Amino acid sequence: MRRAFDEDLQELQNQMLELGSMVGEALARSVDALKRQDMQASREVIRNDMKINEKRFAIEADCLRLIATQQPMARDLRSIAAVLEIITDLERCADYAAGIAKITLMIGKEPFIKPLIDIPRMLEKDLSMLDRALKAFVDRDVDAARRIAAEDDDVDALYDQINNELLAFMLQDPRTVRQATRLLWVAHNLERFADRVTNICERVVFTVTGEMREMNIQEPEEEPQ
Amino acid sequence: MDKIKTEHLYFYYGRKQALWDINIAIPERHITALIGPSGCGKSTFLRCLNRMNDTIPRTRAEGKVLLDGQDIYSPDTNVVELRRRVGMVFQRPNPFPASVFDNVAFGPRVLGLYSRAELADVVEESLRSAGLWDEVKDNLGQDALSLSLGQQQRLCIARVVAVKPEVILMDEPCSALDPIATLKIEDLMRALSTEYTIVIVTHNMQQAARASDFTAFMLSDAERTGQLIEFGPTADVFTRPRDKRTEDYITGRFG
Repeated sequence: MRRAFDEDLQELQNQMLELGSMVGEALARSVDALKRQDMQASREVIRNDMKINEKRFAIEADCLRLIATQQPMARDLRSIAAVLEIITDLERCADYAAGIAKITLMIGKEPFIKPLIDIPRMLEKDLSMLDRALKAFVDRDVDAARRIAAEDDDVDALYDQINNELLAFMLQDPRTVRQATRLLWVAHNLERFADRVTNICERVVFTVTGEMREMNIQEPEEEPQ
Repeated sequence: MDKIKTEHLYFYYGRKQALWDINIAIPERHITALIGPSGCGKSTFLRCLNRMNDTIPRTRAEGKVLLDGQDIYSPDTNVVELRRRVGMVFQRPNPFPASVFDNVAFGPRVLGLYSRAELADVVEESLRSAGLWDEVKDNLGQDALSLSLGQQQRLCIARVVAVKPEVILMDEPCSALDPIATLKIEDLMRALSTEYTIVIVTHNMQQAARASDFTAFMLSDAERTGQLIEFGPTADVFTRPRDKRTEDYITGRFG
């Protein structure tokens, strides 16, 4: 029963996955362009962000059409509501990729103050989390979603590491401040990306259980002694 | 506050079992919708709430139906008084072939109200509560059957309201109506629910979702006809039902 509607839901999910892979690719390209200090490729990432925005609006329109014409209930309604949320998170993820590309343009061809080591690690972690979060949505796998959300701590730890390292550079040699600050923005974008993936994990839990719960509650940082 | 409560309610048409162990507490001054596929027992259940099933020979109810804590199936129940307190609106509007005024005045007259002025007051008040007054006030003498179906159904609601009931049962009250007339009835139910407890049977799930505060899902299986599967706030039942059978039914994937 409701075969046409089931096919529509399947197609909606496929479109969302396609958006997800566009976003993952944008992030990978933005960091790759940074590593190679490739201005052309960075501009390409920024231009491509428009396509991602358009894709997001197209999926949103599909969601609204399905709600209006099919009057979805219960798990169907939750799936569509989740897709609406997830595409918003994905679109914001793409903005982080574009943000990194803009920072690369700012850094330009100026030699790096240090080799990029932890930033590519953050990228790998981000991409892996994104892939698996979307798979968890497809599989409606609550346990996987919870595990992936917990990995946000690893990304936060990498961010702290980069933060400390760049601070050390800046203290040692004030001439590094400008670039170090920019690299810190890059790391910040990568850190926020993982937060968005955590939101996707929350939507997996919501789709399956109907529970809305924050998964990544950040402890307020302790005051330095 | 529960207006109606059933305890282990079973119902039989002859030897055919039609309701199975229904336990439900229907909140006062709210709208409760009964949904479920054909043959799930929802109309039978509704008709148990004012003993309308008594009119069918060889039927039998077991268990309790408590109205304000009093069992309406106890032998000392005055069934006429019960049906005044628990009124009913049917699927097809069924006005009497008489004037609008006489339709609404019928119940109060049966209850012994004869003063023309008092009757006029009751008729006006009832037609206002049913959202029909402005449409008929200039010609209360017109034949009720000359009204549109939607107006006739609101007239039937006015006729129920005229005897000051506590509960209004509605058995698919919109199934003969067009969408606009349907929405008018739904608005009317919402307004009436501040004063009356409303229980509605509907085949239209969207209507249950739109118009009710609580939803009960009923279902029959091979062994047991007329089971209550799930009952809860409408918003919960339609967004995250607890039972898989409810889920399958409301998402249209039943069977």
